[in-house]
Amino acid sequence: MADLETARIAQSPHFKELVHERTRFGWTLTIIMLLIYFGFIGLIAFDKALLAVKIGGGTASLGLVLGVTVIVLAFILTGIYVQRANGRFDELTAALKRDVGR
Amino acid sequence: MIRLKHPLVLGTALAALAVTAAYAAGPDLGAVKQSATNWPAIGMFAFFVLFTLGITYKAAKGTKSAADFYAAGGGISAGTNSLAIAGDYMSAASFLGISGLVYTSGFDGLIYSTGFLVGWPIVLFLIAERLRNLGKFTFADVASFRLDQTSIRIISATGTLVVVAFYLIAQMVGAGKLIQLLFGLPYLYAVIIVGVLMIVYVAFGGMKATTWVQVIKACLLLGGATFMAGAVLYKYGFNPEALFAAAVATHPKGDAIMAPGGLVNNPVEAISLGVGLMFGTAGLPHILMRFFTVSDAQAARKSVFYATGLIGYFYILTFIIGFGGIALLMSDPAYFSLDAAGAFDKLKGMIGGTNMVAVNLANAVGGPYFLGFISAVAFATILAVVAGLTLAGASAVSHDLYAQVIARGRTNEAAEVRLSKIAAVVIGIVAIYLGYVFENQNVAFMVGLAFSVAASCNFPVLTMSILWKGTTTWGALIGGLVGLVAAVGMVVLSKAVWVTTFGNPVAIFPYDNPALFSMPLAFLTIIVVSKLDNTKRAQRERALFDAQFVRSETGIGADGAHAH
Repeated sequence: MADLETARIAQSPHFKELVHERTRFGWTLTIIMLLIYFGFIGLIAFDKALLAVKIGGGTASLGLVLGVTVIVLAFILTGIYVQRANGRFDELTAALKRDVGR
Repeated sequence: MIRLKHPLVLGTALAALAVTAAYAAGPDLGAVKQSATNWPAIGMFAFFVLFTLGITYKAAKGTKSAADFYAAGGGISAGTNSLAIAGDYMSAASFLGISGLVYTSGFDGLIYSTGFLVGWPIVLFLIAERLRNLGKFTFADVASFRLDQTSIRIISATGTLVVVAFYLIAQMVGAGKLIQLLFGLPYLYAVIIVGVLMIVYVAFGGMKATTWVQVIKACLLLGGATFMAGAVLYKYGFNPEALFAAAVATHPKGDAIMAPGGLVNNPVEAISLGVGLMFGTAGLPHILMRFFTVSDAQAARKSVFYATGLIGYFYILTFIIGFGGIALLMSDPAYFSLDAAGAFDKLKGMIGGTNMVAVNLANAVGGPYFLGFISAVAFATILAVVAGLTLAGASAVSHDLYAQVIARGRTNEAAEVRLSKIAAVVIGIVAIYLGYVFENQNVAFMVGLAFSVAASCNFPVLTMSILWKGTTTWGALIGGLVGLVAAVGMVVLSKAVWVTTFGNPVAIFPYDNPALFSMPLAFLTIIVVSKLDNTKRAQRERALFDAQFVRSETGIGADGAHAH
């Protein structure tokens, strides 16, 4: 790719918008995922009694519910990212490609 | 320290495969007794082999260019690719090892399931699309995009081959022991069968055959596990609460199985394990390769989304299967070795070892033919995973080391693909040999080591070269090397190797998992060395970042579908 074209794309407002939004969004979700997972591990390491608490008077414990929740949340977070990427980010990329005539 | 409550329980065949066991400070693999020959299982496995060989034959006819061989022509759809990714990730270790761990410890099995899954969102948010936009066949293509080809390919290929080697040894030894148990075939037969078949899949069918073998196995495994979990839940009126109550009533530890046990006691060890599992996923070469088999970044991101769902679903199934094992097998003497008085140990006494929980449960809910089916699926699983590993290793040899380092780009596609096939054959033979040599060695720590190396060498080199403008060749090279040496060194000095294998009295490195230390060390080294690097080349490399950045973010200028 020619340097000129690179510079032109890098200066384009659509490109700046895309990079800014996606970088922020990606890192935000990454940090949320880290907090969820290491929060869960932290509870296991520091507060086992809390995780042993029974839910709804039955046999299932809070820890069990939280563990399954971590798995489900990981899936939901990827879903949120893909939805945003398929909509907003792909639109911005398409607009950018129109700008530079590709 | 992370310690499995009953390390001996895991000291059976599959401990070799199980990452769970990898952190269990090396149980003794011990001798596995060969079972009676299991004909239904062998028959169904033979059918799987014939079918996949047919696919390989078809794939071989369509595999001509390098893009065909390494990346299946870039024509794999997101749905298919997600099944292949899930297949690469759902090893026999996760299926048999985690359900066995749930059987003995209940809740603690869930700790590994979550750790294995949470790497995937990270792969999606930070890596998958950029990888697709920048690369062609291997992750070294991406890491060396603006950096020095020779140096970066050497460090990436080394990282790849080290990960592949440790992973392969664990899989080969595990395969041999598993087949002794499931099929009643001698150890060496199993190792040779696995080695020869993986050579055939990879050398003839390339990525196309490897992908389809993986997809078929993923469907079989998911289907079989779904049926088993469904049958368990059916017996309890689809009420999980009833299943848990039955399990608690049967298990010798009683209600304790619903809460964290002794698996994670030391916070440092727990976090280090988590770091290794989470970021190791993002550095496994056979997984990263899969992002080059789809047509564009959009397909790459969809693959990860579907794959995360499939893998998460699978881990929830293994959890139900483990609890089903407690509720349905634990009071049935037919599945245990009995002592003279007819009594048995519910936790350690299962015939074939605790990792046979899922297999025995298949018999309990579906009879001997379903048992045969699950046994065949377990073997197919190992086979598919080793094929993926072999292809990743062969690509590192031919595409990175040969084409760029040795021939310095002065080669052609045909020669490169031919060398890749030779590399696949050599890797297969070496794997058979290693499987033979390591038969009676403790290999349980090796999968854990593979994840640690992936997290400490491949992952830092890859992410820093994509995301940070300041990264230079020297920084990436030395940082990757430091991460690699640190991860391997710390494991060698840890209890699993230093005490268990070498027989020293005390471990020098106090933890079983090095990633918490070795990974930040690699990142830090990359940053410091890059900052200090003010050579002409370094300045040029920083200047080239903008062009790389535009392409990684937009895909403009990236190779389209490799289809022809």
